[in-house]
This record gives sequence, C-alpha cells and structure tokens, in this order.
Amino acid sequence: MIEHLELFFKAVFIDNMVFAVFLGMCSYLAVSKKVATAVGLGAAVIFVLAITVPLNWLLDQYLLQPGALSWLGSEYADYDLGFLSFIMFIATIATMVQLVEIVVEKFSPSLYNSLGIFLPLIAVNCAILGGSLFMQSREIETLGLAVNYGISSGIGWFLAILAIAAIREKIRYSNVPAPLRGLGITFIITGLMGIGFLSFGGMLTGGDEEEKPASEPTVKVEQIKSEDNAKKLADNTKNVE
Amino acid sequence: MGLLSKKDAKLITDPLADNNPITIQVLGICSALAITADLKASLVMGVAVLFVMGVGNVVISLMRNIIPSKIRIIVQLIVVASLVIIVDQVLKAYAFELSKTLSVFIGLIITNCIIMGRFEAFALANGPYRSFLDGIGNALGYAVILVIVGIFRELLGAGTLMGYPVLGDPIEKTGVFSIGYENNGFMLMPPMALIIVGLIIWVQRSRNKDLIED
Repeated sequence: MIEHLELFFKAVFIDNMVFAVFLGMCSYLAVSKKVATAVGLGAAVIFVLAITVPLNWLLDQYLLQPGALSWLGSEYADYDLGFLSFIMFIATIATMVQLVEIVVEKFSPSLYNSLGIFLPLIAVNCAILGGSLFMQSREIETLGLAVNYGISSGIGWFLAILAIAAIREKIRYSNVPAPLRGLGITFIITGLMGIGFLSFGGMLTGGDEEEKPASEPTVKVEQIKSEDNAKKLADNTKNVE
Repeated sequence: MGLLSKKDAKLITDPLADNNPITIQVLGICSALAITADLKASLVMGVAVLFVMGVGNVVISLMRNIIPSKIRIIVQLIVVASLVIIVDQVLKAYAFELSKTLSVFIGLIITNCIIMGRFEAFALANGPYRSFLDGIGNALGYAVILVIVGIFRELLGAGTLMGYPVLGDPIEKTGVFSIGYENNGFMLMPPMALIIVGLIIWVQRSRNKDLIED
C-alpha cells in the first residue's frame, strides 16, 4: 500500500509529466485556451495512459526484456528484444487509441462526444509514449504499480493543463506586452509553475534527496534529469562555500 | 545557391527564422526542452532529429501514393519508429554515456510533433527531393533553438560549453570568477528552459511585428 501511495505522489507532483520532464507539451500548449476543452483532453490522457502503461508493462515483462521469453522454453531464455521496444510501444498505443475510440463510440456516445475529438490527437502525444518509456526505464515491479503509474501520471498531466487553461483564461484581461502575448507568456508561466513544482522535490524524502545518490553506489544510471541537475546545483553551492 | 532554385532554398531558410517549428509552429517542444541543460546533448538531439526528418520525409514522400489515407498515421509512426531505433542503437554503440543522459528522450523523437506535422503537411503532398529539403530545413530550425537554449543554460548554469570551462574555474577563482562572478545553478533546472524559449519568442516577435498574436 505504502509503495502505491509513494508512486502516486511521485508521479503527480515530483515527476510531473509537464513540469519536470516536459512531456505532452504540444497538446498542452495547443488545447489550453479554454478550461472546458482542457478538461476533456486531460480526461482522455488519464484514460489512455491507464490502459497503455499496464499493456506495455506486460509486453515489456513477457516479450522485450532480456530473458523475458523464457516462458516459451529454455532455448529462448537469452534473447533480448529490448531494441524493439519503441516500435512495440508505439504500435500498442496507436492501436489501443483506435480501439478505445471505436469501443467508446459504440457503448457510450456521451463520453465519446466529450472525449471524441481528442482521442486521435492522443496517439502522438508524447506524454503517452513517455509514460510507457519511463515505466520501462524506472523498472516498475508489479502490474498493479504499472496501473497506478499510468493513472497517476495522467492525473499529473491533467492538473497541469487544467491550471494553465485557467490562467490563460484570466490572462486575457491582463496587459501583456504585445510580442509576448499568446505563446510567449504561456511558456514563461509554465516555467514559473515548474519552479513552483520543484519545491515538491523533498516531499517524500524530507529534503535529503541530494545526499542519497552520493552514498548509494548502486544507484541507477537512468536517473531522471532533474535529480541529476539538483545534484549539480548542490555541487555548485558547495563550490561557492 | 547554384544547386538550389530560389523556391527550394526557401524551403530550407524559412523554418530557420520566420516559420520556425518551435517558436512559430509550436511543434516538437516535448523533447526539445528537457535535454537542453548542456550544449552537447542539444547538438546530438539536433543531429538525431535531422537524420530522422530528412530520411523519414523522403520515405513518406516516396510512399505517398500507396499509403491508404485511413491508416496513414500508423504507417508514419512505424517509419519514424524504425528510424529512431537506428539512431538509438547507433548512440548506444558509439556514445553510451550520452545515450544514458538522453535516456527516453531519443525514443520520444517518435512522437515529436514536428516530424508527424511535416509528414502530414508536406511529405504527403510533395516529391522526395523537395520533401528532403523541407525535412532538413525544419530539423535545422529545431536544432537552432535547441543550440541557443543549450548555450545559454550551460554557459550561465555551469560556466562551460561542450564541457570545456570557458569562464574560468569556479573553485580556483580564475577567469571571470576572480571578479566575483558566480554560476547560476538555477539555469540547469528544467523550468528555465521554458523561460528561455519564452524570451526567444519575445525577442523574435518584437523584431518581426507580423508574428504577434492578438
């Protein structure tokens, strides 16, 4: 239970899809002019992530990882199909999006009307593929955790697009310098929100996150960039002292 | 420009400034920002996208008459994914450290909206040669922004360029550090990439009033 909670808070706040790793920025910028449409797209992203991340987790576990094919017999045990993961993941995502669209259209026309136009957009949303790739590189252990990771990173993305849409609706009444209007100010606001979200960094560790990588030699190389940067920053401040 | 007609040359030069994929068309920001903390990663990313876009545009353009329009998205994704796998394997073989830093962002070239956007908007309607030029031009426009952001972030954040200390040594207090200059470690944090791109857009739009949104 505790690892589920930890993963949830980590995915929503600390490693927020938009503010920490900039995934799904294209649709984030394009569809955030109105709160109502932003909510629709956000819901669709949660929905698709909740389906594709566990599916790709199964693919990764039973097909792609080194030794994953051992269930076929011992002669397949040392195959490593890892290089195929991009093409497998994107194929899963594209077909799932298509399938979800057909199923939703058939069984819930009202949901289809609210999600409908966004679903095709989502196949090429980096947040979806990013979710699966991060799931792979962070070595999520169980199927339950993979479902959790999919849903909670979707919620993180949803929160981000909801917040920026609300701000953009308000900012129309402000006196922004003409060249900065529209895209420019949205970038800068997102940057400022990202700085705000950086402060969640110590939420789960009590603030000693920077100490850990140094004392642990087994720490994974695929550490996310922000942790790396935090360390660089810490080094810089040490140098100053 | 003897090799290129005026119209063809425009395909390359347009995306560099007035029709830049990042600052004007707002495509491909996803993977662009996260890896710009240093110049080397930005350059590699730029080259990777250049390769994928150049080859991908030609392939799609050659196939444009035989792709059924209903499944074209999946066909496009498969073409990009295969090219990206090539880039990923080459990086893993010859620049392992770098491919670790870029981690999932090489994979995310697949869903980079620039690539799909150019396939849809250009390669499906034009011949291979012009599609190739269009791909190169847009990838260069993308790379230019990455490199600018990378230069600012690495120079101001760590005092280095491509890993070489150009501003002197912050510990020994040589170079500009001897007169009290300090690195701004904040520039290495992810949100600063967004703010720098915002500033680039500001500069670009105040120089060219046509681009201002209402």
